[in-house]
Amino acid sequence: MTEPSEAAPRSRNLPGLILSRISIPLLAIFTALLLSSLVMIVSGTNPIEAYLALAEGAFGTQVAIVETLIKATPFILAGLGIALAFRGGLFNIGMEGQLFVGSVAAVLIGYSIELPPVIHLIVALLAGMVGGALWAAIPGYLKARTGAHEVITTIMTNFIALRVINWAIGVNGPMRAPRSVVPETRAVYETARLPLLISDSRLHAGIILALLAAVVVYWLLWRTVIGFEIRTVGANPSAARYAGINVELNIVRTMAFSGALGGLAGAIQVLGLAPYNFTTGFNVGYGFDSIAVAVLGSIHPFGVTLAAILFGAMDAGARLMQLRTKVPVDIITIVQGLILTFVAANQIIRSIYRIRERAEEGPVKLSELWGGRG
Amino acid sequence: MTPEALRVRGITKRFPGVVANDNIDFALAQGEIHALLGENGAGKTTLMNVVYGLYKPDEGQIFVKGDPVEIQGPKEALARGIGMVHQHFMLIPVMTVAENLMLGHEITTGLRLGPLAKVDRRRVSKEITDLASRYGLEVDPEAHVHQLSVGEQQRVEIVKALYRGAEVLILDEPTAVLTPQETEDLFAVMRSLIEQGKSIIFITHKLKEVLAIATRITVLRDGKVVGTTEPSKTTEAELARMMVGREVLLRVEKKPAQPGGQVLIVEDLQVMDARERTVVRGVSFSVRAGEVLGIAGVQGNGQAELVEALTGLTPVVAGKIRLMGREVTHARPRIFTETGAAHVPEDRHKHGLVLAYPVDENLILQTYYLAPFASGFNINPKAVDANARRLVREFDVRTPSIETPAGSLSGGNQQKVIVARELSREVHLLIANQPTRGLDVGSIEYIHHRIIEKRDEGVAVLLVSSELEEILNLSDRIAVMYGGEILAVIPAEQATAERVGLLMAGVRETPAELIPA
Amino acid sequence: MDDVFFVGLLSLALVKATPLALGAMCGLMCERSGVINIGIEGMMLIGAMMSFLGSVLFNDLTGGELPKTISLLVGLLVAMLSAGLIALLHARLSIHYKVDQIISGTVINLLAVGITNFTANAYIDPNHLAGVGVFPVLEIPILSKIPILGPIFFAHQPLVYVMLILVAVVQYALFNTPWGLRTRAVGEHPRAADTVGINVLRTRYINVTLGGVLAGMAGAFLVLQSVGRFQKLMTTGRGFIALAALIFGKWTSVGALASGLLFGFSEALGVRLQLGDVNELQALTLLSGIGIFLLGLVWLIAKLVRGKDDKRSLALVIGTPVVGAVMVASGLLSTFPKIEIPIQFLGLLPYILTILVLAGVVGRAIAPAAIGKAYEKQ
Repeated sequence: MTEPSEAAPRSRNLPGLILSRISIPLLAIFTALLLSSLVMIVSGTNPIEAYLALAEGAFGTQVAIVETLIKATPFILAGLGIALAFRGGLFNIGMEGQLFVGSVAAVLIGYSIELPPVIHLIVALLAGMVGGALWAAIPGYLKARTGAHEVITTIMTNFIALRVINWAIGVNGPMRAPRSVVPETRAVYETARLPLLISDSRLHAGIILALLAAVVVYWLLWRTVIGFEIRTVGANPSAARYAGINVELNIVRTMAFSGALGGLAGAIQVLGLAPYNFTTGFNVGYGFDSIAVAVLGSIHPFGVTLAAILFGAMDAGARLMQLRTKVPVDIITIVQGLILTFVAANQIIRSIYRIRERAEEGPVKLSELWGGRG
Repeated sequence: MTPEALRVRGITKRFPGVVANDNIDFALAQGEIHALLGENGAGKTTLMNVVYGLYKPDEGQIFVKGDPVEIQGPKEALARGIGMVHQHFMLIPVMTVAENLMLGHEITTGLRLGPLAKVDRRRVSKEITDLASRYGLEVDPEAHVHQLSVGEQQRVEIVKALYRGAEVLILDEPTAVLTPQETEDLFAVMRSLIEQGKSIIFITHKLKEVLAIATRITVLRDGKVVGTTEPSKTTEAELARMMVGREVLLRVEKKPAQPGGQVLIVEDLQVMDARERTVVRGVSFSVRAGEVLGIAGVQGNGQAELVEALTGLTPVVAGKIRLMGREVTHARPRIFTETGAAHVPEDRHKHGLVLAYPVDENLILQTYYLAPFASGFNINPKAVDANARRLVREFDVRTPSIETPAGSLSGGNQQKVIVARELSREVHLLIANQPTRGLDVGSIEYIHHRIIEKRDEGVAVLLVSSELEEILNLSDRIAVMYGGEILAVIPAEQATAERVGLLMAGVRETPAELIPA
Repeated sequence: MDDVFFVGLLSLALVKATPLALGAMCGLMCERSGVINIGIEGMMLIGAMMSFLGSVLFNDLTGGELPKTISLLVGLLVAMLSAGLIALLHARLSIHYKVDQIISGTVINLLAVGITNFTANAYIDPNHLAGVGVFPVLEIPILSKIPILGPIFFAHQPLVYVMLILVAVVQYALFNTPWGLRTRAVGEHPRAADTVGINVLRTRYINVTLGGVLAGMAGAFLVLQSVGRFQKLMTTGRGFIALAALIFGKWTSVGALASGLLFGFSEALGVRLQLGDVNELQALTLLSGIGIFLLGLVWLIAKLVRGKDDKRSLALVIGTPVVGAVMVASGLLSTFPKIEIPIQFLGLLPYILTILVLAGVVGRAIAPAAIGKAYEKQ
């Protein structure tokens, strides 16, 4: 996988730098689309028609663009969260659960207390971030203290969150909306809802928050002391320890930041989209897909943003594609999986298109701390 | 006339950016010990890896007993009677000696199930014991390798080669991990093997050993053969000149020490390793400003854990550490750094550098949070930049730019980055742990020079090294560590290789021999 | 709670343990040769779907004329093959392309979810495909009649027996055959293995693929020995629990079985308690009390044997068995208060147990030394 050199890109050769970073992901996307079109041909569809419908459903009308942006927002935030964790040497597969917890925390604040307009929204968003941060900090703490690998513990916390929340909005659950026949919570008060950017549309202010978050994460990682510590722990925990960095604290802190981003994503979903409540089936899949977004974006905030918009576009356009050409929306998941494969194994792309590897790029080394040593 | 045991002609091996072996001609006569001498990076190990089949040569031919051969891999090398004892043992610690020896050639019994047949442990054990006693080497087939000492493991490696029918034995830097006495034992084994009809290639960079044991000596430099000679016809100085291509200062010029106050005081220190065994048992010593205290000892006697305790990386079980008068026994690494300790670590890739980081970020690895590099939350890229440019110039670090990742630099330049970083702070104590391991002669000279320079500026220097020459060369006082204890501390004038060597092997001195330091 | 309850519980525990043990053995094959495999979940999922499709399509192809069991066997084989192919992909990515092994495993999981969801939505569900049934229970003559032990061990569907046999075979082979020796060598010190002529890369390819076959069997179990049809995402984390079982079992197949039984027991308990006829809280208190008591006993003995060297505090080592004993005692009271535990919470037991196990054990468990690093042949 292409891992950019740990320093922030210097402004001297920005265009050239962007081009080299972007060529592999672009080719990976292209190759994935090519392969998926084979699946379409086999099931009797014209791939050109299908992809055109996809593009139109994503960008063709104002409604389409709005859908793309709305769907991209949680991808941006969750992708940032995963990228941040990666930079810190951690694999946060628990995004799914952190999104849930963030949604639930935000919804709870949103419907159970009454606060003046702007304050209510801010408090609800913060609740989401705190919820996500705490939920991620648990596996983080276990890893720091006992070495328990976060890959397994975060998956476990995902399932725990899912089941507990299912109970909470289930038949006799404490968060179940009264008189509702489906598992859902009450809607949040108007004072807690995200304002719309374009009236009479679905476009809410969440996209602004997501883009802001990208800038903040960039600044955090490469321009601050905390970011230096996070990156150093991720690049070489032994050297970090020797440099005086508290590795255990950083593991927990990085997971917490990562979870906060996921929690924010979940909060924005409930506070920005009608009917402004939480139900089952909400946000499912963002957790894993955001891994693909992060890797496709070279785990860099700006790349992640672009990749998230692409994934949002694919999700937004898929419905139109299914309507027109009968290709099931699930093909998008396969496309996304293939994109991830090609980006992760960029040597495949390199050998197909004959691109040489540059000296300072190398594989991300997450496997270092697997065997109980560290 | 007996045919040569082994000959290589015109061997060339290229790696990206370097020609490791350049048209090498080399011959091993039957029944001789032929030393292959050269500094780190000269191409000795590469050449032997070619002979052993681990590398494919780009050009050239290999002859065994006069017949041209193509060696595709270690299996064929062994089939042709070529065995290799590597510098870093190729033994699997969790397995027994017998399992290690039969690996790849397992003898099975019972049903013929191929890879799933039952392994015949008893027969293998017996074969090993018989073989070992024939050559006067003692090994216990059922011992687990991780329980054996380094010298014993080396014996196992030799038996492993013999078990596979090696007639030619290649020993790659075998004495790097041995005490002087163990080295003598090894030489005795080598002579016995020669008497039994084997031939040996002995790779090393140690001049004294070569003169002591070799029948003939071939010197490699920069991938080429410089010349072949015999011990009786040459001297250390001449060999060193052949190895490096210019006059080499075998000893560093230094003025007598002017020691000042005590900078580091260690009392009764006890440290445990990762497996909860006590590896530093009640060590006490002190280092004064303006002197070099060298800790000699074969690796594995607690030095690594001692240094880690002295830099806050490993917790201390008992005892005290005082640095500049301040109690730092249980302090974190940052406190040590802030109190004026500098540390050049043993493993530069693990502790010393972040290989993925550019040079400028590596140079602020400990100071990133301090002014002028940081103000509040933020980092100042300009200050980082300026600092890097200054240090690269001052310490002569050869790098394409300050943004080059440290992993792209040569070993010597990587070490210079570490030294530059450590010495650019205000330093009262410099701990240098194996500072010149794996470096070329030029870098070694540079680092030694810097150490003495700091010592003359009044810095207290603690030098830990398993290279006895380096210790004897640089130290004002020498402490010897064995089995987690300091057996003695002697002034440099009274230290000889023999005396220190005995201590390194654990032979305690009688009170009459001990002179308080 | 009586004998029937416990016998049924333990028998169910063995059943629930089977896919976990098989998954752990998949992990064992991979990790013993030095390749981390977090894609077990994805391989199981593919195995589940392909076992369903394979059996159904074969049944259709032969017009339903052959006995159902044959179709089921075909489904099993198809599952094992497909999962093996997926594992081969993981091997190729991580061994040849040197992708980080954790990322490679994640790729497998993502692709598996994509492919199985797609197939379910596009083909299985719209056509309302019905399964061919499940494997019949094979009662072993005579042995299954032994009181208590009989129903627990000898009255199961075939894959349970296959798993038990495989555990024994793999355990023996890993330590007593050339294959086992070479595999372990490659996982501990691949360069040493290389220098004696062992083909490190080929050994890893073979082991990872064989591991995939086992994961396929585990996935097939979920369909062909359980519900009889394929549901999306039906693995629900078992692949990851299997990894924890592998670590807890110290990378041996017997250890994997033992840990699998522990996790399987927690899952079985959750299922059994959902029936509502037993006081859930009481059962949980009693059983976890037994567990805590035993754990505390082990710690106490360890401290007595190792004396000062043992780092656990006296309070911990005495307190734990005492707490356990109290829990057992109160769990036996007939007047234990009856408090309803929601069904969803009962289903949490395996996940919570996994976390506890990992937190308690991982730091001390030593994996094969060369695990996680791609091997560079020079």
